[in-house]
Amino acid sequence: MWDYTDKVMEHFHNPRNQGKITEKQEGEEIVTGQVGSIACGDALKLHLKIDETTQTIKDATFQTFGCASAIASSSALTELLKGRKVDEAMKLTNKEIAESLGGLPEEKMHCSVMGQEALEAAIHTYKGIPLDTHEEDEGNLICRCFGVSDTKIKRIIRENDLTTAEQVTNYVKAGGGCSSCLPDIDDLLDEIATEKEKSVAVATQVWQDNNDSPVTSTTSTTPTTQTTQTTQTLKPLTNLQKITLIQRVIDQEIRPILAEDGGDMELFDVEGDIVKVILKGACSGCASSTETLKLAIEATLQERILPTLTVVSV
Amino acid sequence: MTDTIYLDNNATTKIDEDVLAAMLPYLSIYYGNPSSMHTFGGQVGKAVRQARNQVAKLLGAEDSEIIFTSCGTEGDNAAIMAALKAQPNKKHIITTEVEHPAILNLCRRLERDGYTVTYLSVNNKGQIDFDELEAALTGNTAVVSVMYANNETGVIFPVEQIGQIVKEYGAIFHVDAVQAVGKIPLNMKTSTIDLLTLSGHKIHAPKGIGALYVRKGVRFRPLLIGGHQERGRRGGTENVAGIVALGKAAELAQEHLTNISWEQKLRDKLEQGILNIIPNTVVNGDPVNRLPNTTNIGFKYIEGEAILLSLDQFGICASSGSACTSGSLEPSHVLRALGLPYSVLHGSIRFSLSRFTTEAEIDRVLEVLPDIINRLRELSPFNSDDADWLKEQEEAVLAR
Repeated sequence: MWDYTDKVMEHFHNPRNQGKITEKQEGEEIVTGQVGSIACGDALKLHLKIDETTQTIKDATFQTFGCASAIASSSALTELLKGRKVDEAMKLTNKEIAESLGGLPEEKMHCSVMGQEALEAAIHTYKGIPLDTHEEDEGNLICRCFGVSDTKIKRIIRENDLTTAEQVTNYVKAGGGCSSCLPDIDDLLDEIATEKEKSVAVATQVWQDNNDSPVTSTTSTTPTTQTTQTTQTLKPLTNLQKITLIQRVIDQEIRPILAEDGGDMELFDVEGDIVKVILKGACSGCASSTETLKLAIEATLQERILPTLTVVSV
Repeated sequence: MTDTIYLDNNATTKIDEDVLAAMLPYLSIYYGNPSSMHTFGGQVGKAVRQARNQVAKLLGAEDSEIIFTSCGTEGDNAAIMAALKAQPNKKHIITTEVEHPAILNLCRRLERDGYTVTYLSVNNKGQIDFDELEAALTGNTAVVSVMYANNETGVIFPVEQIGQIVKEYGAIFHVDAVQAVGKIPLNMKTSTIDLLTLSGHKIHAPKGIGALYVRKGVRFRPLLIGGHQERGRRGGTENVAGIVALGKAAELAQEHLTNISWEQKLRDKLEQGILNIIPNTVVNGDPVNRLPNTTNIGFKYIEGEAILLSLDQFGICASSGSACTSGSLEPSHVLRALGLPYSVLHGSIRFSLSRFTTEAEIDRVLEVLPDIINRLRELSPFNSDDADWLKEQEEAVLAR
C-alpha cells in the first residue's frame, strides 16, 4: 500500500472544487486545460474562471480520472489557484502542489506534474498561445508508450534535480512502459549533468575574472588553496552568486553597449534560471527590437554565466 | 475500526484455526530435527511423513512425488530449471503471456542465458489457441509451462488437453496450480502433468511453505543443493511447522472441495448484484471456465486504486490490476493480454472469496459499492455529457 500523507487521503475523500464552472459574469472568462488520457490511466480537466480586469483566478474546479493521489493533487491545485493572479499562477510548479499535500510518494510525483501541466494548458488557452507551439510538441519523442518528448524530460530533470532514469519515470512516466527508452533517458541525464558541470566551470571562471577574490591570486601558492579551488569548481552556484554574477555582467558588459544606442536596462528579478529584465529608453516600446535585444542579452548571459539561463522582458 | 471483509483470497488467505493448532506444537514442544537418530527427532520426522501423505492425497499423487518448498515461486523456479537440466540439448521453452511473474521473469532471464521462449497469446476470454501451441512445439522444446488457473481473472486453462499435445512432442509439462489447488479436484494419476506447483498460504496454511509435485520417472535435479532432505531433491532443514500446517490445510481443502459450490453461489451473487445495480460494468475473462471463488470486474471510466482505497474505508479488501496499484505504470499484463479497452483496464477490481466468506459480507459490499463508484464517476472527466472528449479518447486508444 502507498504511504500517503493524511492530507492526501483527506483531499481524496473530501475533494474541493470538483466539477465544472458553468456560470460567469461580464468581464470574466472560463478556460479549460486538459491533460492525460484513458490509456495513460489518468486524466485531468482543470477549469478556471478568470477576471479579465484584475487578471485574477476567481474560481478553479477539476474533473479527474485517476488514483487517489491524482484526485488529491487536482483538489489541492484548485485550492492553490483561487485568488492568484494569472501571471503568478503561471509560476506554480509541480513541487508546490506536492508540498501542499505534505509530499507524495516518489512513484506518484507524476500526479503533481499532471496538475501543473493542466494549469499550463489552461493559461495557454487563456492567453491564446496555440497549443501546437507547446514545448512538448517541439522536442523529439523519447518515450513512445507515454508520448513524452526530450524537451519535457529535460525540463523536469532540471526543475527537480533528478539524477536517475527511475526518478524520471516517477515524475513523467517516461520509461515506465516498455522501458526501451531508458538508455535515451540516461543520455539526457548525462547531458544535463555535463551542462551543469560546464556552467559551474564557466561561472567560476567569470567569478575569478571579475573578482579580485583570493582564489585567483593564491591558486598556485599553497596546496591548501588548491583544494579550496577544486571544491569551488564542483559546487553549483548559490542564488546569491548567480544574481551577483548576472548583475555584474549586465553592468559591465551589456549596459555600456545599450547606452551607445540610447538604451538601457535593469535587472528586475532572477527566478531559478529565468532572468527578468526591464528594458528602458530607446529599447522599450519597439516590439521587433525588444525581441532581438532579449536574445542578445540572453546569449551574453548564457555565454558568460550559465548556458541554461533564459531572459524574460517584464 | 470496522470489521474486515476479506475478499482478496487469491492474494493470500487466513490461516485456518485447525491448521494453526496442528502446527503450533512444532514451534514449541517438538523442535527436534526430523533427520536425527533419536526418538525426539524421530517423532518430528513422522509428522513430516504424515503431512507429505496429506498433500499427496489432495493431488492424487504418491508420497514420494511430493517435495516441500518454501513458496510458489521456488516451486516454479525449481520445476523449470529441473526440466532444462534434464534435457541439456533442448533450448526452447513455451509458456503464456498471462503467467505469474515467477514464471515470466524467470523465462526472461533464461532468454538472456541463450534459451528461446515462446509466450502464447490469449484471446479476449483469456484462453490460448491450440494451433498456436502446436505451431510453437518442436523437438527442441524442453518444457511447456502453463498455469492451471489465472490469479487475476480466475480463468482455467484446459490443462489436460494442453498436456496431450505437449506429450506428443516429448516435452516436460509443468503446471503452476497455485490458484487451482483446493478449488478444483486434481488427480495426478490420470493426468498428463509432469511437474505441479502449489503454495500453502493460498489454502489457509501460513506463508513460507509450498510443494512441488514431480511425476515418478522425471529426472529432477535440485535447485537448492545441500543435504539429503527431500530425498536429496531440496537441501535445507525442513520447515517442520510449515510442512505440518500444509498437510493439515491440504486435508481440510480436500474436505471443502465438496462444498465449493457454496463459494461459487456467493461469488455469483456478488457479480450479478454488481452488474445489475451499477451501469457500465463488465466481467473480465472467461465467465464459464473460471475458478468458483474469483470475479474480475471492470468499472468503466474510473481508476482501480481510487476504488480500492474507497472500499478500504469500509474494511473491504480487494485488489486491482490498475497501473497505479502496482508501482509500475502499465496496467496488469494479464488484463492487457486479454486486449481489454483502457477504459476497462484501469478500473478493474478482483474480488476473490474463500470458505470463510459469508453472505452478510457480500450483502455489505453490494450496499456500499454503488455510492463509491458513483462518487468517483462524478469526479471523472469522462462523463456522459462530455461524450466528445470521451469519443476522441477512445478513438485514440484504438489507434494504439
